Amino acid sequence: MLDPASPGAPVPPAPRGSGVAARGGRRLRRSPVTLALAVCVAVLALLPLGYIAGYTVDVGWSGVRELVLRPRVAELLWNTCRLVLGTVAVCAVLGVGAAWLVERSTVPGRRIWHVLLVAPLAVPAFVNSFAWISLLPGLDTYAGALLVVSLSYFPFVYLPAVAAFRGLDPALEETARGLGLSGWAVFARVQLPQLRVALLGGSLLVALHLLAEFGALQMLRYPTFTTAIYDQYRATFNGPGATMLAGVLVLLCLLLLVAELRLRGARSYAGSGRGAVRPVRPAALGRWTLPALSALAALVVAALLVPLGALAYWTLAGAAGDLDVADLATTTATTLALAAVAAVVTTALALPTGRLAVRARSRVATLLERATYVGSAVPGIVVALALVTISIRATPWLYQTVPVLIAAYAILFLPRAVVPVRAAVEQSPPLYDDVAASLGSSGADRLRRITLPLLAPGLGAGAALVFLAVVTELTATLLLAPTGTTTLATAFWSASSAFEYGAAAPYAVVMVLLSAPATVLLSRNTRRGLLP
Amino acid sequence: MSSLTVTALTKAFGSTPVLTGVDLHVPAGGLTALLGPSGCGKTTLLRLVAGFDDPDSGSVTLGDRLVAGAGRGVPARSRGIGFVPQEGGLFPHLTVAGNVTFGLARQRRRDRGLVRELLDLVGLDVDLADRSPHQLSGGQQQRVALARALAPEPSIVLLDEPFSSLDAGLREDTRQAVGAALAAAGATALLVTHDQAEALSMADQVAVLRGGRLVQLSDPRTLYQRPADLDVAAFVGESVVLAGDVRDGRAESVLGSLAVTGAVPAGPARILVRPEQLRLVAPAGRGPRGRVRALDYYGHDSRAHLELPGGQTVTARLEGADLPSVGQEVGIEVVGAAVAFPVAGGAADVAGPAGAAGPVDAEPTRRRPAEAIS
Repeated sequence: MLDPASPGAPVPPAPRGSGVAARGGRRLRRSPVTLALAVCVAVLALLPLGYIAGYTVDVGWSGVRELVLRPRVAELLWNTCRLVLGTVAVCAVLGVGAAWLVERSTVPGRRIWHVLLVAPLAVPAFVNSFAWISLLPGLDTYAGALLVVSLSYFPFVYLPAVAAFRGLDPALEETARGLGLSGWAVFARVQLPQLRVALLGGSLLVALHLLAEFGALQMLRYPTFTTAIYDQYRATFNGPGATMLAGVLVLLCLLLLVAELRLRGARSYAGSGRGAVRPVRPAALGRWTLPALSALAALVVAALLVPLGALAYWTLAGAAGDLDVADLATTTATTLALAAVAAVVTTALALPTGRLAVRARSRVATLLERATYVGSAVPGIVVALALVTISIRATPWLYQTVPVLIAAYAILFLPRAVVPVRAAVEQSPPLYDDVAASLGSSGADRLRRITLPLLAPGLGAGAALVFLAVVTELTATLLLAPTGTTTLATAFWSASSAFEYGAAAPYAVVMVLLSAPATVLLSRNTRRGLLP
Repeated sequence: MSSLTVTALTKAFGSTPVLTGVDLHVPAGGLTALLGPSGCGKTTLLRLVAGFDDPDSGSVTLGDRLVAGAGRGVPARSRGIGFVPQEGGLFPHLTVAGNVTFGLARQRRRDRGLVRELLDLVGLDVDLADRSPHQLSGGQQQRVALARALAPEPSIVLLDEPFSSLDAGLREDTRQAVGAALAAAGATALLVTHDQAEALSMADQVAVLRGGRLVQLSDPRTLYQRPADLDVAAFVGESVVLAGDVRDGRAESVLGSLAVTGAVPAGPARILVRPEQLRLVAPAGRGPRGRVRALDYYGHDSRAHLELPGGQTVTARLEGADLPSVGQEVGIEVVGAAVAFPVAGGAADVAGPAGAAGPVDAEPTRRRPAEAIS
């Protein structure tokens, strides 16, 4: 993310005010407004989850049994699980292997490979799957789905693996070599165990994303929970069938989330304060150089060149006929405006939560912060489904309006803002306030000269991340956008669903171009993971 | 600059009392060290003086201006204090110059001559003015923090363990630079520390805080030579504690008849001497003697662990190259006067190895109720 420190540079610990943690409870009572706001944010974040839970209770045990214990659900569960397991395995191999080559071997052009291996993140998974299926219509199988989503998601493992390789202390490897271990044994017995946390974290991220993935799988006609929910929704609007499927899906997500949160503590421990690590002598590849280069090249071609090439091909093919430049411009403007509003709103919502989590460290503050993570782990299709139903029932005048869409974006992307905002608050402890006060600075003066300048980078980073996520959001937008409002993603979706590939491609090109800056930033800073 | 007077100050966090009635006077223009073990409330006292927290009762007066107490609480920004926190607390988004001039009026912030003057005061080169705080060493950060605190010419400067995060070599240099800058500015200063060497070497007077109370306020020499109780004695330096019997200004002890400072009532007492008061001589006649159990050699001096005939072990600091060997029998002489602390219940509880006190061995005496002497 937009961390000012370059990767590898030790970040000086911010000085701590005396006894901040011990006085958490007191400070909590001292900031009732922040607390109230953070509670409201948590309630918003948990709204979809609460809806599903409430609905389940209403349906009752017999209803649940009738709706959930069906062959259809078992089939979806099997489809989803084998896709998740397969993708996680493939991503782990691709991610760790590529990370080792780039970080620890003498493969030529390591810096360029690094950028190229992160770049697939700029191509949304549904665009990637569009590219493959438009070239190879026979890919609507398990193998096809496995191929496409793995190519889209392996950077989620690659990035933390690179960071972990960078953080490994070479002294340990040297010690192992000194004890007589071979190169392979060093990797298996010394490096791999230390990569465990990064690998697990990346795999969980892949799994969570895959559970929420809708567009790519729908396009490949691979049935999973998300696509089934969507089909049910189209057929029966908000029937109990769709909601119960959503319940099962949410349960799977929460399981993974619990694992993720448990790992989070371990991750911060593993990655902390190693200070300056000595440069590593990379492993000589020798006659394996050519095979290694070919493998990297094949991966980059499949993950990057195929989608980009397909987009270029269809854009040129369509340019002669059905490209409407005015439409493209309007849609782009609409998307940017929505993304900007969502970025501002979400960052503002993240502020009380992030502030409370740092300044009034307590169990309540942690729970409120976790609520935003839990809320965003709910797949977009479920959030959309919940908000549609809630807005129809409780606030009909809000149904199919921009505020509901913005609320969905906020629920889905809150952690992207909370994490950098929280980090920024951590970098501005109350001590600075005290010092400034002792130098005669008034409250307003302190806000202007200390608090805002210190928070600005974090707020900016959070807003940028939310902005970029909204630009490529498909599922929630599809269900919640007001009639007549199209974004780049939904315009692309409707054109490609109608097999108008030439008309669809330009929208995808704009999305990729808008996502590119985020990718560059990510490739520069591998210290932090991609997502909160 | 002005003096600081703290009267009957109390503060509790929740149900935990931190300060239980502190009286303290810091004269104008001097450096007073607030010395105590961690958790004794010294940082809390500093924060109350600064105005970051409000006391439960008692008052704080700067010069003749009441800033806290009697229902009055002048906010920190109007007190005219300079504050140097642990680890400097430099604003990370500002340059050195921006930090130093932070507390000045807007027009004066661009005055490069002033920045040079202030950096000069703390012994730093003006070339550093455009650096970011993270480009400075720990010692430089502390000096910049002091320059920032001194810039608005505060009535008093508060330093909260400013040297504790520095490593040994840097600490000494930084201490000297800070001491010189404070003296040059003629500032009244209150320095919080848990390091007795720092307190003794830097301060004009030392206030020893323990368990939320002031136990002794005196100049460094008096503090070391005539500590208020054995606990303070152990805290400010190594001590040798013996059982003794005081009569007519002298104490009879296992190390012979020792002169005692001050008027002490006759009767059983605990006798304090410092290790550097013990001299090793050739064993002669019936004079006190001991056997060298171990020897710690430091180069500039050494420490001998001596076992006395009664089984008690005492330490002696030895200068010079003429050292005894381990196992050797030596005679012991005590130079200078000892300090006697009368024991109410008799001398029996003093004997035994626990009486041989380094700071750690003084543990049994810690449990005694603190007697406030000021």
